Amino acid sequence: MLRRFRLEEPESVAEASELLGRFGDTAKVYAGGTELLLAMKEGLVQYERLINGKKIGLNQVSADNGTLKIGALCTHHELENSVLLQQRLPALVKLEQNVANVRVRQAGTIGGNLCFAEPHADPGTLLMALGATMVADKGASKREILADNFFVDAYETSLAADEVLTEIRVPTPGANRKCAYLKFGYLERPSVGVAIALSLNGVVSDVRIAVGCAGPAPKRVAEAETLLNGKSKDEVSRNLAQAGAIAAKASQAISDLHGAQDYKEHIVGVLLKRAFQAAVS
Amino acid sequence: MAIATRRHADTQTIPVSFTLNGRLQEIDVEPHELLLDMVRDRLGLTGAKRSCDVEVCGACTLLVDGRPVSACTTLAFEVRGRSVMTIEGLADNGKLHPLQESFIEHGGFQCGYCTPGMILASKALLDENPNPSEAELKHFMHGNICRCTGYKKIIESIMAAAKKMRAK
Repeated sequence: MLRRFRLEEPESVAEASELLGRFGDTAKVYAGGTELLLAMKEGLVQYERLINGKKIGLNQVSADNGTLKIGALCTHHELENSVLLQQRLPALVKLEQNVANVRVRQAGTIGGNLCFAEPHADPGTLLMALGATMVADKGASKREILADNFFVDAYETSLAADEVLTEIRVPTPGANRKCAYLKFGYLERPSVGVAIALSLNGVVSDVRIAVGCAGPAPKRVAEAETLLNGKSKDEVSRNLAQAGAIAAKASQAISDLHGAQDYKEHIVGVLLKRAFQAAVS
Repeated sequence: MAIATRRHADTQTIPVSFTLNGRLQEIDVEPHELLLDMVRDRLGLTGAKRSCDVEVCGACTLLVDGRPVSACTTLAFEVRGRSVMTIEGLADNGKLHPLQESFIEHGGFQCGYCTPGMILASKALLDENPNPSEAELKHFMHGNICRCTGYKKIIESIMAAAKKMRAK
């Protein structure tokens, strides 16, 4: 059961931003609705207006000068079928193939997923490891927010009230760049997600590690990265247990339906080892 | 009771024109109306079921432009200009679809509550992949839940229908 609301259908980012500025907390951007409508049906949130973003477009994937540009309104289904991503960013394709179920992937968008900031979501964690940025757009002006700084807390991002997420920019990984995202869970949503990206040139370098789902928001784990940087594959393998313990702590795991805190922390360590092997194999 | 039933003064209505089971359908909806309620309560097609209400179980599955959606969490206005298929539209002039025949032949259901969703989801799969492996089938269908634990016979039903459809 949904309470009555009004629908606004802007046709430009500027118009959407203006509506958000004008109506403030009483309005919310609506994309696929797979998260937002659930919360509204439960009465957890209530809005007088939904601002349908889908007339603006923003559902293309393109490559430009070493950057992959993903429109915020691409559905998970569109991303798992993007030939460009299959060629350049297979780790994201694999993630998208395993988001929720076929119906959620059909309706849900990557931008909606990121903006809703549900803790048990996959994309933010991998995007953090990939060094992605989020384009926060008001129409007249825009800025890029590093994925590391995008997630503030559960259900909270660093977008300003009148900013619209329009695009996700991912530096195209080079031939020596390896990345992987692994998740584990026994319910529809994951209990733990771990992402790793690294360069392999004899030694391992430029490691980026992120953990998600276990705690309130995805976290980058710089301290674990330094344990692996500049090391051979064998040395990295020896250091992974320690890196995993650091990542587990950084995940700020909480006990909930998806598992107890110590259980999730253990899984972080297991997944980090496996993610490293998956990335370099 | 006129006051209680009178619509709010600034009620917003959205004209929705779409194809429902092959026929043009025109209906005015309010923004908050859900696709499942429109189809079941206003259009009288009760094959799709409300069950989990959170997009996990698949009992409310409908096909929109051939792809499965959770009607319980889809706003009705979203089908503007689209083509919607419910289980009622699958048989062709009284002749059952091979998937429907196969579910009967192989006993692919017990209570039947999940069956419309199972059949529509598997139709979407077979339309895009006529020869799925069992692993591909399970991956595509894992969001359709059967609480009578009839998965084995459901898989058999879909695989047999796929074979029959390929032979045509």
